[in-house]
Amino acid sequence: MTKGVAVTGMGIISAIGADVPGNLAALREGRSGIGPITRLPTHLAGTVQVGGIALSDEDLADLLGHPSEGPHTRTSLLGSVAAEEALRQAGLMSVDRQNLGLITATTVGGMDVTEKYFYEYLTSDEHLASIDTLHAGHTGQMIADHLGIANGFVTTISTACSSASNAIMLGARMIKAGMMDRVLVGGVDCLSKFTLNGFNTLMILSASRNRPFSEDRDGLNLGEAAAYLVLESDASVKARNATPIAYVAGYSNANDAHHQTASSENGDGATAAMLGALRTAGLSPSDIDHINAHGTATPNNDLSEGRAFKRVFGERVPPFTSTKPYTGHTLAAAGAVEAVFSILAMQQQVVFPTLNFTGGMSEFDLRPITKLTDMPLTSVLSNSLGFGGNCSSLILVKA
Amino acid sequence: MSELKQELKKKIITQLNLEDVAIEDFEDSTPLFGEGVGLDSIDALELIVMMDKDYGIRLTDPKEGRKVFESVDVMAAYIEEHRTK
Amino acid sequence: MTDGHGIRSWCSISQGRVMLNGELLHQASAPDFREVMRSTYKALGIDHAKFHKMDPLSKLAFLTAEVLLGEAKRAGNFSRETALVFANRSSCIDSDRKHQLSLDDPGNEWPSPAVFVYTLPNICLGEISIRHQLYTESCFFIAEEFDPATMNRYADPLLQSGIAEQVLCAWVEKNDDHYTSFAYLLDRADPGTARDAILLKTQKEQ
Repeated sequence: MTKGVAVTGMGIISAIGADVPGNLAALREGRSGIGPITRLPTHLAGTVQVGGIALSDEDLADLLGHPSEGPHTRTSLLGSVAAEEALRQAGLMSVDRQNLGLITATTVGGMDVTEKYFYEYLTSDEHLASIDTLHAGHTGQMIADHLGIANGFVTTISTACSSASNAIMLGARMIKAGMMDRVLVGGVDCLSKFTLNGFNTLMILSASRNRPFSEDRDGLNLGEAAAYLVLESDASVKARNATPIAYVAGYSNANDAHHQTASSENGDGATAAMLGALRTAGLSPSDIDHINAHGTATPNNDLSEGRAFKRVFGERVPPFTSTKPYTGHTLAAAGAVEAVFSILAMQQQVVFPTLNFTGGMSEFDLRPITKLTDMPLTSVLSNSLGFGGNCSSLILVKA
Repeated sequence: MSELKQELKKKIITQLNLEDVAIEDFEDSTPLFGEGVGLDSIDALELIVMMDKDYGIRLTDPKEGRKVFESVDVMAAYIEEHRTK
Repeated sequence: MTDGHGIRSWCSISQGRVMLNGELLHQASAPDFREVMRSTYKALGIDHAKFHKMDPLSKLAFLTAEVLLGEAKRAGNFSRETALVFANRSSCIDSDRKHQLSLDDPGNEWPSPAVFVYTLPNICLGEISIRHQLYTESCFFIAEEFDPATMNRYADPLLQSGIAEQVLCAWVEKNDDHYTSFAYLLDRADPGTARDAILLKTQKEQ
């Protein structure tokens, strides 16, 4: 088994907490962050619930102290907050960060700003500068600027719900290949009317709260979040005597080749991704102690993903959970949010519960963990299955 | 009723971007999904939007929609019974 | 010769011209995007009903991939282990705009599901995967400009490790009236043509 690439720090901001300790407390206490839409003026406000972050954009700027020169968007602010926490935890705040790499992911980009001023752009110059912020690459650049990354490799991945997983995968590969010594990897998306209305028209939003792997599940809640990991080469870890908190041991991406937004009946893409991750980690299915599922609670995903579990693990599917009832589906951030949660699970040696569970699916006998459960955990597999058939799996192992 | 059916056929072709299909190419009774006209799940969602927008009928369950959209005949009958516009 | 794997074939679609390996494959009667897409689809002899429902970015990506993968199939070189590494500057901005315009229109809040589905740049990778039955790795980057060095840094390890037999790298950019695509196929088994010359030349043209 290959040890993998060292994770030396992590940061997160989500509906259940503004940092790692905050998120951990909520996970342990079963406190969901799903609630009514309060921040966006949308006609959907009374109809659907979301995993919104209570902090305003001004609050986020305050948290950062001195955000770099704007124009910032909610997306770049959230990303900067989480990235800073990751660097702080890794002990890299006072170190020269000019050559640090940044591989970030987003689908919304600066949409929160541009949708506010969309019609205004035609009649007034006041907010013209913010047009640049829509560009997904702009978000990455703002975060890089804020962190003082001047010369390092900076890139933005946009592959829907698997984006952050793909960022983690690319970072791990580049470290292994000796192309970089340290890299921040992860993703961020904020809530926007654009996305809310779009998902609503696809009829995959829950009428209340998402209930993954429940027979009566009726769809997802959207959420906003940012999460980043610091990945570091063995040489760098040794040179500065850093302490890894986990290792990225396995990763893989595969296409479902079925439909633009729906998953194939038997989870072909998810199956291929999980098998690929096991292969890169040099592990067999029986080595996996726990799965953090994609588990969006749409009728389609949970059935498809559950079947994929059976195809990969046979009769011995490891204990699995979906943490989306806590945070909602955070789109481009999901892969990194759930990587953080997987590391926390290993650090705490617990499996966090799948909240809101109302009863198992009739198609198979798979049931998620529904109570906080002490469990010896050495390896966790995390799935992120995106639109466009883009399926990614990560395997994280205990440090 | 036959005017409504013609109207529906035109809408189906233009709104669903069925480039190579003409009105004469399918019957009022031809199955719209699967082997017949070959519509898919995204088309079904588009038709749900059309029902709301043009006829004031709100379908909340995608599965219900599939039954209503079985063919132009079935759609027209349903619209006649439930339309509010 | 250069480091890394050579290019087996390359193509571009721009200003009404479809080029394959440096030769003109198809010339549209007018450079406007819709005509180029329509006539190229016909010229390539494709029969794919869902093409007409795709958004502009996906159509451009789909046809660009078709030129190279279709040629590979004819030559007997096609592999289903072909990974896709795509990038562009403007993501799926045409669809984003279309979707945005349908919101905020007082009394007309009916966004189109078919439009929304394409408000992610990687959907085109799904379309290509469906067409050619590829279950392989795919990724989409957003970047200021076409940078083959970065794409190759991603692609070469996939070939070296055997994760993919071939990698289709492509820059597919569509923003309003502006459209351009350039793609090349890297093959594990075939050293192909020295790629620096081709890539440098094309980079300047993007």
